Amino acid sequence: NMIKQLTHKQWYQRRVRGNLLENPGWYSSYTPYQAEISQGRMESLINYQTMVTDMTGLPVANASLLDEGTAAAEAMALCYRQQKKNKEPVFFVDNAIFPQTLAVILTRSEHLGIKVVVGDYKSFDYQTPGLCGVLFQYPNADGKIIDYTEYIEAAHANKALAVCAADLLALALIKPPGEYGFDIALGSAQRFGVPLGFGGPHAAFFSVKESLKRSIPGRIIGVTRDADNGLAYRLTLQTREQHIKRNKATSNICTAQALLANMAAMYAVYHGSDGLLSIAEKVHFSTCIIAEGARRAGHHIDEGAFFDTLKIRFNNDSAYDDALINAEIRRINLRKFDEPNTIGISLDETVTSEDLDDLLFVLGAPSVKNLWQQYKPRDGGILRTKFERTSEFLTHPTFKLYRSEHQLTRYMRLLERKDVSLVHSMIPLGSCTMKLNATTELAPVSRPEFANIHPFAPTHQTQGYMELIKELHDDLCEITGYAAISFQPNSGAQGEYAGLLAIRAYQKDIGQGHRNICLVPVSAHGTNPASAQMAGLAVVSIKTLPDGNVDMDDVRAKCEKYKDNLSCIMVTYPSTYGVFEECIRDLCDLIHENGGQVYLDGANMNAQVGVCKPGHYGADVSHLNLHKTFCIPHGGGGPGVGPIGVGAHLAPFLPGHDLVPPMNTDDPGSRPCGQVSAAPYGSSLILPISWAYIKLMGPTALRTATEVAILNANYMAKRLAPYYPIMYTNSEGFCAHEFILDVRNFPGCNIGVMDIAKRLQDYGFHAPTTSWPVVNTMMVEPTESEDKAEMDRYIEALIAIRQEIQDIQDGKIDPEDNPVKRAPHTMAVVTADEWDRPYSRQTAAFPLPWMTPAKKIWPGSARVDDAYGDQNVFCTCPPVEAYSIDDLSK
Amino acid sequence: MALSLVSRVCMRQILSQHRALSMYYTESHEWVNVQGSLGRVGITDHAQAALGDVVFVDIPEVDLDVDVGDEIASVESVKAVGDVASPIGGIVVAVNEALSDSPTLVNSSPEEDAWIAEIEISDMSALEGLMDKEAYDKFLLEG
Repeated sequence: NMIKQLTHKQWYQRRVRGNLLENPGWYSSYTPYQAEISQGRMESLINYQTMVTDMTGLPVANASLLDEGTAAAEAMALCYRQQKKNKEPVFFVDNAIFPQTLAVILTRSEHLGIKVVVGDYKSFDYQTPGLCGVLFQYPNADGKIIDYTEYIEAAHANKALAVCAADLLALALIKPPGEYGFDIALGSAQRFGVPLGFGGPHAAFFSVKESLKRSIPGRIIGVTRDADNGLAYRLTLQTREQHIKRNKATSNICTAQALLANMAAMYAVYHGSDGLLSIAEKVHFSTCIIAEGARRAGHHIDEGAFFDTLKIRFNNDSAYDDALINAEIRRINLRKFDEPNTIGISLDETVTSEDLDDLLFVLGAPSVKNLWQQYKPRDGGILRTKFERTSEFLTHPTFKLYRSEHQLTRYMRLLERKDVSLVHSMIPLGSCTMKLNATTELAPVSRPEFANIHPFAPTHQTQGYMELIKELHDDLCEITGYAAISFQPNSGAQGEYAGLLAIRAYQKDIGQGHRNICLVPVSAHGTNPASAQMAGLAVVSIKTLPDGNVDMDDVRAKCEKYKDNLSCIMVTYPSTYGVFEECIRDLCDLIHENGGQVYLDGANMNAQVGVCKPGHYGADVSHLNLHKTFCIPHGGGGPGVGPIGVGAHLAPFLPGHDLVPPMNTDDPGSRPCGQVSAAPYGSSLILPISWAYIKLMGPTALRTATEVAILNANYMAKRLAPYYPIMYTNSEGFCAHEFILDVRNFPGCNIGVMDIAKRLQDYGFHAPTTSWPVVNTMMVEPTESEDKAEMDRYIEALIAIRQEIQDIQDGKIDPEDNPVKRAPHTMAVVTADEWDRPYSRQTAAFPLPWMTPAKKIWPGSARVDDAYGDQNVFCTCPPVEAYSIDDLSK
Repeated sequence: MALSLVSRVCMRQILSQHRALSMYYTESHEWVNVQGSLGRVGITDHAQAALGDVVFVDIPEVDLDVDVGDEIASVESVKAVGDVASPIGGIVVAVNEALSDSPTLVNSSPEEDAWIAEIEISDMSALEGLMDKEAYDKFLLEG
């Protein structure tokens, strides 16, 4: 494949694949909310952030975004927020940008009310009123390396921000964006050891200058101190995010691409700066040889520097036609342009001298051996030009210590050991559905037949993927009762956004485009209002009743009030409180009667598969979290997949793709609502997981799984009810597939939900979901994958903690110096010579009889200090000599 | 010049003796301290206690033109964000830069040192709908 446009195929080390991508210790963990038992992958993610800041020359990076297209759209939104005074914001995009990036930007801009101007960076008027940002690609989509300095300054003079979409590997060789004065850099980290996978999942990188750090979208790992004053990692600056700021959040991004970011981080850790440099040089010199050959054969290449990509115009029609035929014979995919007789060639690190000879043959040029004998570097080489990078990168010891297979393997194992994942114990996170990710389902992910396909490969080369996607499409339609599915959204929140865009496009089509009110219950997940805001909808909150159900009277009142402008409602079923609301049909009817559409959040689909279908009880569109209900692992914080299912009336409006239209979106009559991800089918590589799950289970077992999930939740609820109040149940006293434990009220002691969550770590367990959807409570979702013995252990741990709390309440143990308040207990604390606490070491570390040293899971840090980390934001690798946080501020 | 400065200082001293009278409160837990045509705005002790450890205050820009109820700032803690709605309309003439370096002032001195913005009030009638200290305390008790 020589197409480039975002993705590169490469040999990534079998070692990283086996120890990380295929290792449940890494892929089956959750987003690192419970910091003390997530120190390993957070250290790796901070390596990733450090790598990104070094490569781009900008000081603050996040822990990945969904893909390059959405990263560019997020950059535009960030520019827009910085310039909120502008009534008519304008965002300029240079026309030499990847078309799929531009398509995602254009879709996003429409509903944010931003005017996007696409043109030539040289002729654009940087004094345009309302200009909030400019975006250049570096090297650009045609492969050219351009010095944008004067245009960045022109943008800054008009108070606009400058954004650079960059190539991560090129930055080893060429001057980084930060040194030109760019404010934001972004791009794909795919070529750092991540498979092509027919378009995804890949981690996008995103870095900003210091003054923008509180505006950066997505997850960020930061450094803080723990209770023993040691260094520890945690998710920082979470207050910007949707679960707190709702429709005022910096973005709707919830899932990131943690697993892929960690793969990219390990690639940098293993290769180090000189390793990356030699890879970049190999790619670049190979490209120089092709350029020389093309010019010798009489073809035209524009003047100027390039890195790995060439746009070649043939000198006549017949040479061009011959080249296409020869490329087919030599099994090479080339990028084609609208311009006559022009092809694009892009090389990556896997290129061999045979590949180069094949390409030179296609171009009608002499072979490498012949070229080399009389080679004189001509125009285009980077070395010894003003573009050559002079600044150092990856100077931290982390990028020097693990550069052998032995050391890298040990490092990956060291980090893995610090984290609790499904290989240790159940993780009953309410709403997150941490079920089994079976080996058979995961097998296709590492097969080269799936992993090494370019998303824009000619369709005759991707028939296998098409067949699999079609079967998954049909199965999911049958399960949900919808007419069509789009696989493009690469996270649940992205699915919400795409579904709302489809609703808006439909309403516009029937002359109801003015409808802009979105009803959202206060109990909704924070992504709902954040996504609604991105789709240009005004959020109106709906109350919930004390029993947890949606307040139907309030829905009626709001429907009446907004009936002329009601666009839709976003509702979760079973509710976020874990109850099958009996009013769901009435609710759907009411919204339809008032001209609205029903967006049904599919987060709780695990309670419905084989039992009920959203398309049948009145919903118009849903996203499905394939990483919950359909067995794709959580990856320690991504990837996710959030396809949307829609009723027949919305099917023509599903997201399209300019380069490779997804199935059914190029039918006559289809009017796509835009493009939400860079790749036509989003995170295609992991779709076989869900396909395999459904095929292995079949209809009967899928229904049984749902029933067992509900049964398990009710079993745990019933056993725990005597110890903790269960907050919401239906009229017969049952919950759905999850339930909420009320831990807000223990009279006479100062114990909160976080104390219980941290104490559970001492018992070897990850806490349930904390403080959501009700503040200071816990939501438990065991899933069908856990057996009775495991659930019993979890129940015993919770009961034992309740007794510890009772002892505090009864004054038997100290209100502050007790095992709950001081949890979790690290191995260092428990094995230290000094022990001055009023409870025993046994109580601290082995509080139940079945907890034996062999089974013990030690937390990676003592309790982290959240406030300190947010007040002193530090987001790159700390110096190795820093043993405590105080060393950082020096 | 010197004279007018002295008189302003005196004026402040006099006013500060009647500080309770110049303080107004909102149901959304902001306060405004009115001195002549200027009003300093912040969040109440009750609001800071509910937020917990404050980690960041997003302060407005000087010269911002605000209406009553406009969001002029946000106060972030580890677990929550409080939007600060302006109890008064007018032009922001000064902001408390100290909050950028020491956001914890909001916890330690919410109703004095942690003022957020000083606004030249365009219409004094906006004060009529606000509560005095006694009414606000009663409002809190009634929850």
